[in-house]
Amino acid sequence: MALPAATESKDVILEVSNLSKYYPVNQGFFTRQKSLLHAVDNVSFQVNRGEVLGLVGESGCGKTTTGRLIVRLATPTSGRILIEDTDVAEIKGQDMMEFRQKVQMIFQDPYESLDPRMTIFDIVAEPLNVNGIGTFEEREAQVEEMLSLVGLAPPSAFLFRFPHELSGGQRQRVAIARALVVRPSFVVADEPTSMLDVSIRTGIMKLMAQLREDLGISYLYITHDLAVARYLCDRIAVMYLGKIVELGNSEDIVKRPLHPYTKALISAVPVPDPAIDRPLPNIKGGVSKPIDPKPRCRFYDRCPESADSCAEAENPELRDIGGGHLVACHLL
Amino acid sequence: MNELVPTHETGPASLAEPIWKIRWKLTRRSLRQNWEIFKESRIGMLGIILIIAFGIFGAMWPIMINTVWDPMVYDPVVGFDPMMMHPSPPSGTHLLGTDPIGRDILAQLMHSTGREFLLGVLSALITVVIGTAVGTAAAYYGGLIDTFFMRIADIILLFPFIPLLVVVGAMVKLSFLPFAIIMGVLGGFGGITIILKAQALSVSVRPYIDAARVAGGSNFHIIVSHIIPNVLPLSFLYMMFSVTSAILSEATLSFFGVLNIDMSWGMMIHTADVAGYLFDFARYWWLWAPAGLAITLFCAAFYMVGRGLDEVVNPRLRKR
Amino acid sequence: MDTLLRLEDLTMHYKTKAGWVQAIDNVSFSLHRGQSLGLVGESGCGKTSVAMSIMRLLPYNAKLVKGRVLFGGHDLYTLSDEEVRQLRWKEVAMIFQAAMNSLNPVYSVGNQIVEAIVTHEPETGEDEARERVKSLFELVGIPKERMDHYPHEYSGGMKQRAVIAMALACNPSLIIADEPTTALDVIVQDKILREIEEIRRTINMSMIYISHDVSVIAEVSDIVGVMYAGRLLELGPADDVFKRPKNPYTYSLMNAYPSILGEKHDLVTIPGEPPNLLDPPTGCRFHPRCDWATKECREVEPAWREITKGHYLACHNPVRTEHGTAHNKTARRAPGKGGDGIGTSGGN
Ligand SMILES: Nc1ncnc2c1ncn2[C@@H]1O[C@H](COP(=O)(O)OP(=O)(O)OP(=O)(O)O)[C@@H](O)[C@H]1O
Ligand SMILES: Nc1ncnc2c1ncn2[C@@H]1O[C@H](COP(=O)(O)OP(=O)(O)O)[C@@H](O)[C@H]1O
Ligand code: SF4
Ligand code: SF4
Ligand SMILES: [Mg+2]
Ligand SMILES: [Mg+2]
Repeated sequence: MALPAATESKDVILEVSNLSKYYPVNQGFFTRQKSLLHAVDNVSFQVNRGEVLGLVGESGCGKTTTGRLIVRLATPTSGRILIEDTDVAEIKGQDMMEFRQKVQMIFQDPYESLDPRMTIFDIVAEPLNVNGIGTFEEREAQVEEMLSLVGLAPPSAFLFRFPHELSGGQRQRVAIARALVVRPSFVVADEPTSMLDVSIRTGIMKLMAQLREDLGISYLYITHDLAVARYLCDRIAVMYLGKIVELGNSEDIVKRPLHPYTKALISAVPVPDPAIDRPLPNIKGGVSKPIDPKPRCRFYDRCPESADSCAEAENPELRDIGGGHLVACHLL
Repeated sequence: MNELVPTHETGPASLAEPIWKIRWKLTRRSLRQNWEIFKESRIGMLGIILIIAFGIFGAMWPIMINTVWDPMVYDPVVGFDPMMMHPSPPSGTHLLGTDPIGRDILAQLMHSTGREFLLGVLSALITVVIGTAVGTAAAYYGGLIDTFFMRIADIILLFPFIPLLVVVGAMVKLSFLPFAIIMGVLGGFGGITIILKAQALSVSVRPYIDAARVAGGSNFHIIVSHIIPNVLPLSFLYMMFSVTSAILSEATLSFFGVLNIDMSWGMMIHTADVAGYLFDFARYWWLWAPAGLAITLFCAAFYMVGRGLDEVVNPRLRKR
Repeated sequence: MDTLLRLEDLTMHYKTKAGWVQAIDNVSFSLHRGQSLGLVGESGCGKTSVAMSIMRLLPYNAKLVKGRVLFGGHDLYTLSDEEVRQLRWKEVAMIFQAAMNSLNPVYSVGNQIVEAIVTHEPETGEDEARERVKSLFELVGIPKERMDHYPHEYSGGMKQRAVIAMALACNPSLIIADEPTTALDVIVQDKILREIEEIRRTINMSMIYISHDVSVIAEVSDIVGVMYAGRLLELGPADDVFKRPKNPYTYSLMNAYPSILGEKHDLVTIPGEPPNLLDPPTGCRFHPRCDWATKECREVEPAWREITKGHYLACHNPVRTEHGTAHNKTARRAPGKGGDGIGTSGGN
């Protein structure tokens, strides 16, 4: 499978090649026949050091699954994930500790991702505790420093509170502090703002951007909101039913989308200006689940531009059409 | 809560107090908050009052027998009052009357209370420790471990253990301690495992468990620091219901006379039964009513505390 | 144009154990026949409560403190329960928040709508009602063969369409849609919003959209009302409110979110969090978070006044800049540090 134009390998922090995850599903009560749900299907991409890559797509297209595979919360059906040239699947024993310090994840729901019976101090110190980093005093100092960094100041006012005593935005800040306290080099952020109120979201988005500058972290930023991805990410990968259909610089994707699905997605985003009359998004039908999909292009059933040849041909590969802009479509 | 907030003047890494002291205060505060919620439940408070009343009642036994009552007459097992015909109805000397072999009913009731507490709490404790451990392990590891323990639970639930114990007990009479342990173990591997496993299962799919795993936590760490603490409140709730079931089983088995226990509330009714007085139960009410009432109230008390705890443990029931 | 709905100083509180939640405070607006109003604000600011007050579907612990709701000239709160029941569905229908989960799983979707029609219009026969459901399904874009399917056989978007069909069933003059598309994907959301708008235009129906999403409101509303902590802060023609927001909260809200169009611009952060309505701030309820706040704001409640034709405002120091040109105003704040949580100790 074609990969993006060879960047110097020392700059690549995450390299995902031909990654797939299939889940067995039962179809109906009476059939014993097992089907496979292709949650992630032969996906390849890279994230460079210091870069933010956005993973965008509709609900159920496989974004979270990709993220969970990368942090090893799930094991791939096939494919390979290299983080700083280490194969994630082969990490064992002592190396696991090192991996956990290098790669962290921020979860979508700040109301569910913090243990309700732990204090903020214990939550943020947990990654340090379980990896045996530092003495108690050192951990405490690090926790306090991290809390100030994420905007929970003074830290002493938060250390010994419980999650239910904080607002949604404050909780998400705690979750960010927990992920960053071990100073990871790579973070998977799974829709960290989608459960938050509008006036609080912006603060978290700015914080994420700021921390990237200050700590030099690379992110895989998962979101269903293209506007957020455009604001935060250097490059955007658009996913549809388990496959990446387009990948390129954020502005290119948003201003000059090439894949028919990306075009439809972008024209469907509502704009906060009553004077603008958006054109009708060009797309048919609704999303389905990728259960035992046909080998042809996943988007065929909904594609407004499909040619007869698309029905026969294999699923299109992601191809570089110049300037690091990758598209998976036979007609381009 | 401001007393908990350490001062932040001497730079970072400066908790105002040692960490254990802060944690102790936090624990006290959360107990206090839970108590506030519990207090709102009338039924729970009634249960607490009843338990305290039973406690006082039971604690009076050693005092009474050492000061007011003559052990020769009032001993619950070997006492005998030569001054009257037995069973005698309630009177000035025997406030609740005497049993068919001349022993004081009130003394028997008081004497038994302490042991009922011991039996109930001991077996409930065993039940809950086993149930929590097994339920959590089954939920977290799944697979064979899960299947194995769930089948055991099914067997215990479906098997008629009380009748079996009646038959077995007729041959080998169980004494107090082994009985408490057997009840505890049966309870622990039985229905409670299924309930606590369900709870552990719902905890183990929460995002904070994933977060702990990404933080680098081992299975052991996750079970001990995240799953068990979140299952414990429910365990504690079911402990109250386990007390009830242990006491009821004891009463049933004692009634059949298959336990090697010299005196208990169940034994009191058993005594009345073997002497044939239950056939005229209305006339000889004092032989069975006090013990029956004690069993009912005692079980009800723990049940009511359980109901009150339910409000604390299951926030969805909270009115706020 | 004739006024269909008019709220006058509507004030409604909820009684809770902790005290009175001041969920709606002096809300006034009027809506003409055929017009659409968008109510925007963050969660908990009272949008759903306003909708429920209009439907007279308030829970038992709600208390109407003062004010009136006039629908077609009748004061809703002086009508009898029976008269209100007559109005509901036939005159005012509602699409509830998370409505797609409100379909009953044990009846087929079509039957649930037939049922609703027959109960509200006893003179309509069952066959006639079925025919009407068929045409409603066509209207909202569900194949009419799927009428006899059960809710679990529908996708999220189809369920939402079915709920819209149900709201349309008795040809109401007003539909209130509470977050009608929040749980849906953008493409589905876009289709449904377009469909509702088309139906509204063809049958000259009025509509109240409720959403926390400024963009959605911008797309579908003729007039926009901005709510904060139980109060309306600004209300006016959509163009006006979006192009020339006068209230600092409106202004911040419009600039707090990135857009997919135009150049990337700096985002405005609003510090702090929405207040607790048990004990809302004095004066202007937005003052603890407002960059424009003065002493007057902390002490005096700003009056609700009409500043230009149809544009109402409650603010002591209205924003003067044009939309999109006042970003220097926010540059004062360090990025990332301006969010919630600064120095907020004690409680949630
Ligand atoms: N453990 C699982 N078992 C079976 N199917 C699963 C499992 N986890 C995810 N899936 C399926 O895989 C597909 C991709 O799911 P995933 O959670 O990655 O989507 P997503 O893009 O993150 O969606 P959202 O935007 O809703 O978070 C979905 O169809 C989902 O139902
Ligand atoms: N039944 C109720 N009892 C008490 N308080 C309520 C009730 N319903 C809503 N509230 C409170 O009233 C305020 C407004 O709520 P709501 O109208 O649901 O807001 P929105 O729809 O804008 O999210 C919130 O503070 C909310 O917690
Ligand atoms: S390959 Fe064909 S069906 Fe697929 S997106 Fe391109 S044109 Fe559409
Ligand atoms: S009244 Fe004052 S505090 Fe309120 S929005 Fe206007 S300027 Fe801000
Ligand atoms: Mg997801
Ligand atoms: Mg609402």
